[in-house]
Amino acid sequence: MNTIRITIVVIIAFFIAITGYVIAGSTAYGNKIYDPGKLKPVDSELKVKINEKAPDFTLPSISGKSVRLSSFYGKKNIMLTFIPAAWTPVCSDQWPGYNIAQELFEDTILLGISVDNIPSLFAWTREMGGLWFDVLSDFWPHGAVSSSYGILRTDGVSERAIFLIDKKGVIRFIHVEDINIRPDLGMIVKELKKIIF
Amino acid sequence: MRYLIFIFFIVIGFHFLPVQGVCQNFKEKLDFTLPAPQDEIHKNYLGLLNDEDFSLGQIKADIVIIEIFSMYCPICQREAANVNTLFDLIQKNESPVKIKLIGIGAGNSSFEVEFFKKKYTIEFPLFSDSDFAIHKKIGTVRTPHFFGLALQGNGKFRVFYSKSGDISDPEIFLETLLKVSKSGQ
Repeated sequence: MNTIRITIVVIIAFFIAITGYVIAGSTAYGNKIYDPGKLKPVDSELKVKINEKAPDFTLPSISGKSVRLSSFYGKKNIMLTFIPAAWTPVCSDQWPGYNIAQELFEDTILLGISVDNIPSLFAWTREMGGLWFDVLSDFWPHGAVSSSYGILRTDGVSERAIFLIDKKGVIRFIHVEDINIRPDLGMIVKELKKIIF
Repeated sequence: MRYLIFIFFIVIGFHFLPVQGVCQNFKEKLDFTLPAPQDEIHKNYLGLLNDEDFSLGQIKADIVIIEIFSMYCPICQREAANVNTLFDLIQKNESPVKIKLIGIGAGNSSFEVEFFKKKYTIEFPLFSDSDFAIHKKIGTVRTPHFFGLALQGNGKFRVFYSKSGDISDPEIFLETLLKVSKSGQ
């Protein structure tokens, strides 16, 4: 009887030890990331098209200012990068990539947009180590900007989408990625070059 | 209560087991091929004789260190300088143990891997795993993740090290790897 008990105890202890190895291996965000699992790739219908004027908006940013899209017209091209939710796996690994690629976004303003509120976005981007581009909150009225572009999903988060807007405020490229995947940086840079040159 | 104390000491005990005990199941998972680098310097570095896909066991080395990274991972970005220092230490290492270092970009396209390489002036070979095929096969480890493989000839290898997270001090990391590689021989 004792042998059985000891065997069970040793097996339990082994699994606790192994789990410890896995947890100890977490990096970057530690164990703060919530994994929603695999989601429906796209769950909305676009309301804008290429060569149309981009719907204008004003949103609060984590820098404390309000940012109006049309304020960049005539000065810079604009890339809107919508991500579904802060503190989730794919999103947490998307903007830090753009963060080291500033030189690839020549003559282009990057605006990150999420339906999360400002405090959550502030804390999350701090955890990333900060970003060189501004991050805007489409929290209230909830997802209004995402909805105007046709990328608000039925569960209230936005799609993972990229919009390239030229200096005249015209949409030149739209890419709604499978929410479970990161859009390829190579594709974005290729499309940006088409606008710049 | 007695059993709780017993479990506690056994858990602690397991943590002091040689790392390779936990790594045995990685052997099959690391059974994948990579495309031969187009860069001749990298091809020579790995000791590859042709342009065909190669398995890890074909690398001409005694020890192969693999970094699973992503250009999107903040820690991988911050650690790039340390990993470059590790590569320099390996290159200068005068011990008869031949060590080679490679990186695999989990979910990174060729463009993204190339960008990461240029951004941080990385001199060792990096490979793209754009569809996460390798990453899934090895068990979706967190990035950066380091594997240490001891090559045994005839394409066979033993996984003696597997750990996620930063390497912090490249010198200590290399010393640890060399020490752990000797256990279980």
